[in-house]
Amino acid sequence: MVRLEQVTLRYRAGEAPALSEIDLELAPGSFTWLTGPSGAGKTSLLSLLHLSLRPSEGRLFVLGCPIHRARRRELPGLRRRIGVIFQDLRLLPHLDVLDNVALPLRIAGRREAQIDADAREILAWVGLAHRLHDRPEALSGGEQQRVALARAVIARPALLLADEPTAQLDEAQARRVIALLREMHRLGSTVVVATHSSSLPAEFPAPILRLEGGRVVAHG
Amino acid sequence: MARRRRDLLGLDRALSDRLLPLLVAAMALLAALAMAAALGAAALAARWQGGAAAALIVELPPAADPAAARALIASLPGVAEATLLDRARLAALLSPWIGSAEGFALPALLELRLATAGPEAEALPALIAARLPGARVEAHGLLVARLLALAEGLGALSALVLLLVAAVAAAMVAVATRAGLAARRETIAILHGLGATDSVIAGGFAARLAWLAALGAALGAGAAVPLLLLFGRLAAPLLGPAAAPPWIGLSVLPPLAALVAWVTAQLTVRLWLRQLP
Repeated sequence: MVRLEQVTLRYRAGEAPALSEIDLELAPGSFTWLTGPSGAGKTSLLSLLHLSLRPSEGRLFVLGCPIHRARRRELPGLRRRIGVIFQDLRLLPHLDVLDNVALPLRIAGRREAQIDADAREILAWVGLAHRLHDRPEALSGGEQQRVALARAVIARPALLLADEPTAQLDEAQARRVIALLREMHRLGSTVVVATHSSSLPAEFPAPILRLEGGRVVAHG
Repeated sequence: MARRRRDLLGLDRALSDRLLPLLVAAMALLAALAMAAALGAAALAARWQGGAAAALIVELPPAADPAAARALIASLPGVAEATLLDRARLAALLSPWIGSAEGFALPALLELRLATAGPEAEALPALIAARLPGARVEAHGLLVARLLALAEGLGALSALVLLLVAAVAAAMVAVATRAGLAARRETIAILHGLGATDSVIAGGFAARLAWLAALGAALGAGAAVPLLLLFGRLAAPLLGPAAAPPWIGLSVLPPLAALVAWVTAQLTVRLWLRQLP
C-alpha cells in the first residue's frame, strides 16, 4: 500500500531535510496514528503520501506506484484514489457544501445524477444533511471539518490521510470525527491520522508512528 | 430542480466579464476594418488590372513606318506587347468627341502592354523618344499601374494588421488568464490535489475565456457594420457590388476570436501548471 525506502525530503537544495532517511511500510487496510511535536515532519510525510511533494532522495511507493520515478501525468489518477483532510481544510468558498463534497466525483467524471445522490448520502452520514446549500463560511469549525471529511471519503479512497483533523474541535466533535475515520477504516481504507493529541490514540488504540526531527523514532 | 452548470474554479468572478470583452471588441472592430480594407483593395486591384493592360499609347511620327516602329518598340525592355490601333478602332474611339472621323488625317497609334510596373516601365517613355524621334507617349497607364501596386500594398498591409490584431488579442487573453490563475491559485492547488488533470483545469479556463472573447468579437463586429455600410456607400462608384460589408468575414470573427482565446488559455494554463507536482 505505502512503502518508503530511505526517503529524504528537502524543500530547497542545501537546506536541512524536513524528513531524513525514512524507512516505513503501511499495510493495506491499516489504521496508523502519526504523532510527534510541531516541526517533527508529520505534514511533510502526509504531503509525500498525498503526492503533493516528491522525495528528494530514496524510493516512495504509494498504491503500488513508484512515485519517485512516476511521470507527472500518472499522478492525477492516483490522487483520485487518495482522500485527504488538510489541516486548513481547504474548502472552496465559492461552492456550497454539496458542491464542495461532490468535487472528487466531478473531477473523476462520474454521472451527475449519481454524484448528487452520493454527496447527499455522505453529508447525511456526517450529520450535515440540513446544510447542503450553505457556503463554508456560514458553517461552524466543527461543521467545516465534517464537510472536509465528507469530501475526503466520498470517492471511497483506498488511502485516507488526515492532518490534525480534530485540532479545532471540542472533545465531543473530535470523538465524532475520529469515529467516522474509524468507520472508513472498517470499510477497508488504509487510514493515517496525524495528531498532537495523546488522548485520542489512547482512546482509539492503533499502531503509532512517531516522528521527531524528521526521523521515525517509533513505529508499532 | 436542475442545478446550474458548476463553475468549479470560480472563474465567473475571477475573470473579468467586462474588461476583456470590451478589449476584444475593440480588436474585432479593427480586424473588421482591416478585413474590409483588404477586400476592397483586392477588388480595386482586380478592376484596375484591365485598365493597366493598355499601359502606354504611343503616337508615331508621320514619317515613321508603322510596322517597323511597332517591331522596334516591341523589342524594348519592359514591353510585353505592342499593337497597332487600326483606323476603324481609332475612329470609333474618337467618335464621341468629333463625330465621323472621315476626312481627318488620323495619326498612327501603338497600344503597349507593359511586362511590369517597375523602373523599366518608368524609363520607357524616354527610351521611346530616344529611339523614335518625334514619337509622343501618353502614359496614363503608368498611373494606373502605380495605383494597382498601391492597392496590392494596401492589401498586404491590411493582412499584417489582421495578424497584429490576432497577436494582441492573444496577448490580452494570456494576461487575463494569468490574472485568473493568480486569483484562483489556491482553488487550482486544491483541485490539483484532489486529482484534477491539467486538461480539466485548463479546459475550465479555456471555455470561459473563449466565451468572453466570442462575446467581445460579436460586439466589435456588430459595431463595425454601420461604419462599413457608410464606407461601402462612399466606395460604391469605384467598387460596385464589392463595396458591401464583408458579411462572411464579420460572421467568422466571433468563432475565430473564441479559437484564439481557447488556444491561448490552454497553453498559458498548461505551462503554469507545470510548476505543480
